Amino acid sequence: MRQVFSILVNNHPGVLSHVSGLFARRGYNIESIAAGPTENTETTRIVIVAFGEEETLEQIARQLRKLYDVQEVNQLAYNRSVSRELVLATVAAGADVRTEVLQIANAFGANIVNISDSSITIEASGNDHKTRILIKALEKYGISDMARTGMIALPFDGMPEEWEPLA
Amino acid sequence: MEHSGSQIVIEELKANGIEIAFGIPGGAIMPFYDELQSSGFPHILTRHEQGAVHMADGYARVSGKVAAVITTSGPGATNTITGLCNALMDSVPMIVITGQVATPAIGTDAFQEADTYGCSLPVTKHNWLVKNPCELQGVVREAVRVATTGRPGPVVIDFPKDIQIATADYNPHKTTNIAPPAEHKFQISEPNSEAIDRLIEAIEQSEKPVIMAGAGILKAGASAELTEFARRTGIPVINTLLGLGSFPGTDPLFLGMPGMHGTAYANMALCDCDLLINLGGRFDDRVTGKVDRFAMNAVIAHVDIDAAELGKRVRTHIPILANVRDVLALLNAQVKIKERPGWADQIELWKEEHPLNYNWDDSIKPQFVIEQIQEISGGDGIYVSGVGQHQMWAAQFIRFNEPNSWVSSGGLGTMGFGLPAAIGAKVGRPDKVVWLIDGDGSFSMTLVELATAATYNIPVKVAILNNSYLGMVRQWQELFFEKRYSHVHYPENPDFAKIAEGYHVQGFDIKDMDKVRSTLEEASEIDGPVVMNFHVARNENVWPMVPSGAGNDEMQLGPEKTGQIT
Repeated sequence: MRQVFSILVNNHPGVLSHVSGLFARRGYNIESIAAGPTENTETTRIVIVAFGEEETLEQIARQLRKLYDVQEVNQLAYNRSVSRELVLATVAAGADVRTEVLQIANAFGANIVNISDSSITIEASGNDHKTRILIKALEKYGISDMARTGMIALPFDGMPEEWEPLA
Repeated sequence: MEHSGSQIVIEELKANGIEIAFGIPGGAIMPFYDELQSSGFPHILTRHEQGAVHMADGYARVSGKVAAVITTSGPGATNTITGLCNALMDSVPMIVITGQVATPAIGTDAFQEADTYGCSLPVTKHNWLVKNPCELQGVVREAVRVATTGRPGPVVIDFPKDIQIATADYNPHKTTNIAPPAEHKFQISEPNSEAIDRLIEAIEQSEKPVIMAGAGILKAGASAELTEFARRTGIPVINTLLGLGSFPGTDPLFLGMPGMHGTAYANMALCDCDLLINLGGRFDDRVTGKVDRFAMNAVIAHVDIDAAELGKRVRTHIPILANVRDVLALLNAQVKIKERPGWADQIELWKEEHPLNYNWDDSIKPQFVIEQIQEISGGDGIYVSGVGQHQMWAAQFIRFNEPNSWVSSGGLGTMGFGLPAAIGAKVGRPDKVVWLIDGDGSFSMTLVELATAATYNIPVKVAILNNSYLGMVRQWQELFFEKRYSHVHYPENPDFAKIAEGYHVQGFDIKDMDKVRSTLEEASEIDGPVVMNFHVARNENVWPMVPSGAGNDEMQLGPEKTGQIT
């Protein structure tokens, strides 16, 4: 299973090495990792999407909490949090398919950031579900270059505990 | 008041209870060593940085205090890696201070530059690279705190040469805070009362309970509480390799060590028990054997101070995150006495049927030497080992009377640990006779520290059980690789007694059974380090044995023993 870890860490040099090194040396699988400042200049938020058995994911959280510079580890449930990723993709789209590609981009609310004679570069953001579908739709035309930020996520604030997460 | 970075570190080491350093100077740590000399800080000059780290390790294990290790940059720092990893695996605190090239030179592949921060990151509890002298006071305080709080472990402070010289305002009474508050890192949970109730209920319901006590008992200083708990409840006690000494080895309730080379009766009790109470052990794979065959019939309770150990390898029914001493105090106050005559009889029967034993012949049996050491010292010494067959025999045959009297590399299994660890142990407990039981392979790896023992007259009693083999590997090749012996033989071992003499250490070479006892007695009387090279039976194997990957119920007892019963 997949799990989103939202990790608040002290904004120190080396802290990313401590976190990523833990995943490497204990053999945990990372799907994506994104780090950036928070509202507090002394704190950085690292969001890691990892996959593994349930026990492994729990073990990851516990090992992370032992790291000196880690303040807080949250395992975010899919429907109790918001997650977003930014995708940049350059699609091979000559004049013959340009309209189709633009339509797809439009349907996903994506921005067009560059057009050349033979390609279109698309900027799209969304949750994991949306970006996956968009990428699949574009693959048909041929994606020549792609960059993804990796997931960032925050828990929903104020969601009553009794609201069961959706399946 | 302005102080140099070096002065600040030394003052803070002293203020935080560090009484001794082990180390070797070099280019990038010279300003610090200059200050060390003028400050009069006690320091033992070793011959290799690995030796320094193992000395700090042995020192900490027997004294409960923390030592510093000081090395230069580059090779000095990388030579500490094995020792750091060893200390991390066995949860031993120490403060390692490594010189580093000056900050402007960092990252330029300068002379004797190594990425000590990166190299030490996976083998420390935490590490720091200090680039501002103003941070030093906080870093040293925090380093000591991290090393000694909760589950202990080693820390590294990488200390660039220019920061050793640079000055900063220093007020020893200042409160420092180098990180945003992380107080929760240092808070130890109170035992969850619901879990304690469940454990008490499980104990009261159990007909066949067993305690397995690990090094957490020693680190928590909970031996007295453990002993009270076991004697009050009559529950037999297994000690893990690193937990040995936490329960009296002579107590009738003592079952010895579990797992791969554990006693037959400990493994039988583990397989048959209906309640296993793991107090401060971490279910190492050498203890459990094949996990899904481990204590299959038991409710498993696990007390640990490290949340990540609960449920890490073994499915646990009653996990308790707490200091084991607090848990034992609660148990002792609440648990009811219950007689379990059937279980006690069963364990007595196993003990009678499968005692620790070995076959006698004309050769010097390694187990015999250890038994003689045990007899001469009465179990009141400090016993240190290297890694291999001799380590297992020592763990099996010595009856430890006191906590913190056994120093052995458990998790990492570091050959070469013995001699430097023994030296450190003697420095930490000068009132005790320190015996090192070592193998020829292990001893060869760090024997250079004989020079340290001689220089400072640190009277460790070294007994080499010399079989001219990497004995444990030879045993595995014999048993599991159809006697295809691949590079395990040292036919041209040096004359260790002469080597000792070359280091100005008294050496003995023992080839006859008759000389074993008298040599050990003579050695124990000598005021100085001694090396005894015992030429022991070459093909002796350690029994019982649970083959790697097998369950404890698949333990092999080895050939029938015809010798004296131990």
